[in-house]
Amino acid sequence: MISQIVSAVGVVIAGVFACALYYWLSDKLLQIVFPVPKDNVRAASVNLNRRAVVRPWLFMGPALILLGVYLVYPVVATFILSFYDRSGGSFVGFANYRWAFFDGQFRQSIFNNILWLAVVPAACTFFGLIIAVLTDRIWWGNIAKSLVFMPMAISFVGASVIWKFIYEYRSGNETQIGLLNAIVSFFGGDPQVWIAMPFWNNFFLMVILIWIQTGFAMVILSAALRGIPEETIEAAVIDGANGWQIFWKIMVPQIWGTIAVVWTTITILVLKVFDIVLTMTNGQWNTMVLANLMFDWMFRGGGDSGRSAVIALVIMAAVTPIMIWNIRQANREMGGH
Amino acid sequence: MNAVAGLRRIGLPRLIVHLSVLLICIIWLIPTLGILVTSFRDPQQITSSGWWTAFSSASQTTASRLADPSAARQEGPNYVISGSVFEAGQDGTVRAFGTRVAAPAEFEAGQAADLGEGETLTINEDGSYIYTKNAPFEGERGRRVYLQVATPPTFTIQNYNTVLTAQGIGQAFVNSLTVAVPSTIIPILIAAFAAYALSWMEFPGRALIIAMVVGLIVVPLQMSLIPLLRLYNEIGAFFGVPSRSFAGIWLAHSAFGMPLAIYLLRNYIAGLPKEIIESARVDGASDFEIFLKIVLPLSFPALASFSIFQFLWTWNDLLVAMVFLGTNREQLVLTGALNALLGSMGGRWEILTASAFISILVPLLVFFGLQRYLVRGLLAGSVKGG
Repeated sequence: MISQIVSAVGVVIAGVFACALYYWLSDKLLQIVFPVPKDNVRAASVNLNRRAVVRPWLFMGPALILLGVYLVYPVVATFILSFYDRSGGSFVGFANYRWAFFDGQFRQSIFNNILWLAVVPAACTFFGLIIAVLTDRIWWGNIAKSLVFMPMAISFVGASVIWKFIYEYRSGNETQIGLLNAIVSFFGGDPQVWIAMPFWNNFFLMVILIWIQTGFAMVILSAALRGIPEETIEAAVIDGANGWQIFWKIMVPQIWGTIAVVWTTITILVLKVFDIVLTMTNGQWNTMVLANLMFDWMFRGGGDSGRSAVIALVIMAAVTPIMIWNIRQANREMGGH
Repeated sequence: MNAVAGLRRIGLPRLIVHLSVLLICIIWLIPTLGILVTSFRDPQQITSSGWWTAFSSASQTTASRLADPSAARQEGPNYVISGSVFEAGQDGTVRAFGTRVAAPAEFEAGQAADLGEGETLTINEDGSYIYTKNAPFEGERGRRVYLQVATPPTFTIQNYNTVLTAQGIGQAFVNSLTVAVPSTIIPILIAAFAAYALSWMEFPGRALIIAMVVGLIVVPLQMSLIPLLRLYNEIGAFFGVPSRSFAGIWLAHSAFGMPLAIYLLRNYIAGLPKEIIESARVDGASDFEIFLKIVLPLSFPALASFSIFQFLWTWNDLLVAMVFLGTNREQLVLTGALNALLGSMGGRWEILTASAFISILVPLLVFFGLQRYLVRGLLAGSVKGG
C-alpha cells in the first residue's frame, strides 16, 4: 500500500512535470523553427506572424486531443454502433431500434426516467427556492444553508447507503432499526419493504437525489434573489402588495432565468442518474432507468454494444435541446462582448 | 441586503421562519447523523435498537442460568442458591426477569417471584439473585432464567478497524486518492492553457471551438462508454498491457472534466483586465511567460473552484471507475467497494455505515474547508454561463 502511495505521488509529480514540459518545449521549438533575426525585419515579422498562427494550436493541442478522443469520436462511434450487432461486427440496420421499441424493460426505463424528470427537478427547485427565501431572513441562515448544501459533497453511493439505512426493513416482530419503518410502527402502521414496492419505490429513490441536489438549487437561487433590485420590492410594498404577492409576482418573475438554469442543470443530472439505482435496487422491482439499462446491456451476456448504443442515443437525444440552447446562449453572450 | 430587507418588510411571523428552517436542517442532517452514530455502535446494539436510542440504555432480552442445585445451602427450613446472573465482567441493569421464554419479563427486578412448588426467586437490578425452596433442589443443572437487561450505551471504533483492514476499505481509500488527485491536477493544467488560447489569442475557428466546448459540457457520459471501452481493450491487446489501469482512468476523468474546465476558466481568464496582458506583450513577454507569470496567478480563484469540483466528482464517481478500472478487489475505489459491500454485506450495518462514513469523510472535509470556492464556482458555472 505504501508503494502504491509513493508511486501515485510520483505519477502526479511526473504527470504535472510532463504537462508543463510539453508547453515549455513546444514554445521553445516554435522559437527555433521560426527564428526572429534581429537584422532582417521582413523575415522577423513573417516568422512572428507564423508563430502567432501556430501557437494557439500548441496551447490547445492536448485539450483538443482529449476532447476529440474521449467525447467527439465516441459520439460518432456510438451512433454508428447502434446500427451494428452485439459485437459491432455486422450491420443490422434498425434492428436495435426496433428491439428497443418493443422491449418491456426499455419502456419501463423510459417511463421511470420521465417520472424522475417530472419530479426531481421540480422538487429540487421548489425546495431550493423556499429554503433560499427562508434562510435569507435569519441570522443563522448561512449555517442552515451549509447543512442543506452538505449532501452535495456526498457521493451517490454514500447517499444510497445512508438512505438504505433509513428504508431498512426487518421482518416480523424484530425491532425496526430503519428510521422510516420505526416512525411508521410508532404511529401504528405496518412496516414496509419500501424499496421493493413497485411504482412507489421510484419515489423513495428520488428522495435521495432531491436530498442531494436541493442544496445546489438553493445556493444559486439565493444568489439570484440577492440580485433583485431593491426598488422593485419597495415599489410593491408601497403599492400595498402582501408577502405572498411580492414573492410570486415580483421576486419569482425576476429570477425566472436562473430558475430555468437550475431546472435544466438538474434535468441533465437526472437523465444520467445511475449510481443511486444501481446501489439501491439494481433496477429490480420496476425501478430500471435508461443509464442503468445501458450499463446492463454493456456487460450482459458478454455485452451488446448495439443495444446499449441505442439506449445511450436516447439519453443523448433528450439532452440535445438543452445543448443547442446552451450553445446559442453562449454565442449571444460572446457576440455582446 | 436589498431583497432581504424587502422580505423583512413582508413580515411573516419570525418565529415560524426560525422553526421551519430548524426543521429543514434537522430533516437534512438526520440521514447522515444516522450512519455516523451507527458506525460507532456495537454490532449487537445496532440490530437490537434504532440508532436514535444509542445514547440511552438499550434494553435487551438475554438468557442466563442459575447455579447448580449442588451449590444450595440450607438456611433453616429452606434451601437457598444465590449468586449473580451476570458473568464476570458483564455490565448492565436487570429491568425484569422471567422463567419462561414466552414471558421473559414476567417479574420486575427486585420483586420476589413465586414460582410455585414452594420456590421463590428474586433477581435484583445489579444481577444478584436469591433462589429459595422449602425442600432440597433437584436435578443436575441450574435453572434457566430470562432477563431483560438494560445495557449502558457503548461506543466503539472496532467497526472502523474491521473495515479498514479486513474489508479492504483501507486499500480502496488509497485507490480513490490515486485516482482522484492526478485526475484533478492534469485537466486543470491542460484546460488552463486552452482557456488562455481561447481568450487572448486570435485565430480562425475560435468561436467554433468555444461553441463545441459549450456543447460538449452536457454530452452524457453514456455516449462515450461503449467506443472507449472497445478502444481501451484494443489498445490493451495491441500493446499487451492491461486495458484497465490507473493511467487509463486519469485520462478518462481528465477528458470528461475538460469541457467544463475550459468553459469556467475561459470565462474567468477572458474577464481579466486587458491592460495587464497587453502591457506585458509590449514589454516583450511571450505568451508562455504571460500565461505562467500573470494569468495563472490571477486565475487562482477559478482554478480553485474547478479543482474542488473535479476532485469531488472524481472521488465520488462510480460509473467511470467501474468501466475503466474494473471491479477487481485490488483496484476498487471507495464507491466501488461500498457498492460491492452493499451486495455482499446486506444487513451488516456496522460494516456498511463505517465504510460509508470513511468514503464521505474526505469530501466533507473538502466541502467545509473550501465551501467559499465551491459556491463561487457554482455561481460562475450557472448564473453567468446560462
